[in-house]
Amino acid sequence: MSDGTSASAILLSDDDTALVARLREGEAEAFEELVDKYHSALVRFARLYVPTHELAEDVVQETWMGVLRGLDRFEGRSSLKTWIFRIAANRAQTKGKREARTVPFAALASTEAGQEESVEVDRFLPPDHAERPNFWSTLPLDFDNQPEARLLSDETFAEIRRAIDTLPPMQATVITLRDLQQWSSTEVREALDITEANQRVLLHRARTKVRRAIEDYFARANGTGAPSDA
Amino acid sequence: MPERMTCPVLVQLVTEYLEGVMPPEDAAQFEEHLGRCPPCEVYLVQFRKTIEICGRLPEEVLPVEVKETLLAAFENWKANR
Ligand SMILES: [Zn+2]
Repeated sequence: MSDGTSASAILLSDDDTALVARLREGEAEAFEELVDKYHSALVRFARLYVPTHELAEDVVQETWMGVLRGLDRFEGRSSLKTWIFRIAANRAQTKGKREARTVPFAALASTEAGQEESVEVDRFLPPDHAERPNFWSTLPLDFDNQPEARLLSDETFAEIRRAIDTLPPMQATVITLRDLQQWSSTEVREALDITEANQRVLLHRARTKVRRAIEDYFARANGTGAPSDA
Repeated sequence: MPERMTCPVLVQLVTEYLEGVMPPEDAAQFEEHLGRCPPCEVYLVQFRKTIEICGRLPEEVLPVEVKETLLAAFENWKANR
């Protein structure tokens, strides 16, 4: 098309362009980089469609095969990761149907975004408290007082992973893509086909629980047992 | 008149605030509250740190078998394209 001034190529970042070139040249390290970067997030994502972790792993295996098969035809009309996650969504949908489980994402998202009670309610005095209505009953622990080495320790990372593993699947996926993989809210909204508002609620719920897990861990590590009472 | 931006309300709105999608009047109340409520300020710092630490989580190490299978598939693709 004459007016299609290579709009397709413009969408691809320099990093993606370089990575695709290395892959096409057959550089195994480039494929390894890609796998290291996306594999676990893809498993988390695929798990939204299929009932078990094993099936999600299968979906991601098939996704990588699909990526290799499609690589020479990849035109860069979307970012590399959007393309890869779209392949995963297709594979997962096929497998999800075969496993008689189709998840309407919008429904799953609104279920997880609704229902639950407000976050952190247990941390506050009741609204009819005589002296300090609605004030903190258990003060938040000051993370700035934690040794830098603890903030970014393997133990802290392990606590975060554990906390994410216990989240409802949509919340786990949203925080993984937004905060671990650093996607934009638009990218997450489009990949999961959910509304901006739901995306934000899911993210907030997930962050709140991960925050609590870190706080509890720091409190234990400080030897104070629980965050101090006000 | 009861205060609208109480501590429990503020903690519900932190992501909305950080995403920059809060209406300006609400953001002003949010910040006004932070200015006079040290625990909520600490909470916001906690929240920001949580996001920061999540962003620095190392990539999960894949089981060796998984990686070997994938790299073998790559070599196979290379040989047959
Ligand atoms: Zn407050």
